[in-house]
Amino acid sequence: MTLLITVFAAIVSTLVWYSSPRARELKSGILCWMFWGASLMWLGDAIFEYAELKAEYFAPAAGDLLNDLFLGLSVIALAMVIWTVYLLIRDPKGTVKASLFKSAK
Amino acid sequence: MACFLVTAAEAVVATAVKKGVEASEKKELPKYENDEFHVEHTEESSKVPFSRKLKWLSNLLWGGAALLCFEHIWHGEVVPWFPFLTAAANPADKAEMLHEMSTIGVSMAVICTAIWCGMLIVCRVMENRRAAELTEEHK
Repeated sequence: MTLLITVFAAIVSTLVWYSSPRARELKSGILCWMFWGASLMWLGDAIFEYAELKAEYFAPAAGDLLNDLFLGLSVIALAMVIWTVYLLIRDPKGTVKASLFKSAK
Repeated sequence: MACFLVTAAEAVVATAVKKGVEASEKKELPKYENDEFHVEHTEESSKVPFSRKLKWLSNLLWGGAALLCFEHIWHGEVVPWFPFLTAAANPADKAEMLHEMSTIGVSMAVICTAIWCGMLIVCRVMENRRAAELTEEHK
């Protein structure tokens, strides 16, 4: 479930990055790298788990499914937080700089 | 248990190599700026610097390792106190952790690196096409 959610997040973030110049300006590429990186790593994990559990891998318990759903959503939230912090530090549009050094008139 | 440490270690290496390559590319830059041979120059400018390609790998590895680290915290496998990995506390779990790192962790790193190699091949094809276009334009 976590893998599935992350793959969807990776696809959506890549499509947004590809189609929107504004998104590229806002450094959305970092989200693509994070989601694709995590997806590939969880894919590796899933392959090993599948080799161990076989068909049972596709029939998880409801409790596990719910936990993985929460984890997947939390992973997306964390990635968004990292991206926001990165955006504020890099400040590509100069918004933070402008508001920090705005002269008090 | 700690499989993300393998990819994190690869990310450290990739970042260090990237820094080194970046420094050597900066030294070589004046050579291209004074290039007399126009065609060669245009071919060079159609190439993506290798440091940038290495940055793709390090981004992929760091990004994935960060999110996987969070997953391990979620499952209580990484803790904020020494020895930071719960599996490192007793020898039986430690052996299992090392086994997991050498199998799943290495596989993760191999998958990421293989995908990056695929990206390099695609990029190479695109570079060649771009170089051909530029040569054609300057004829």
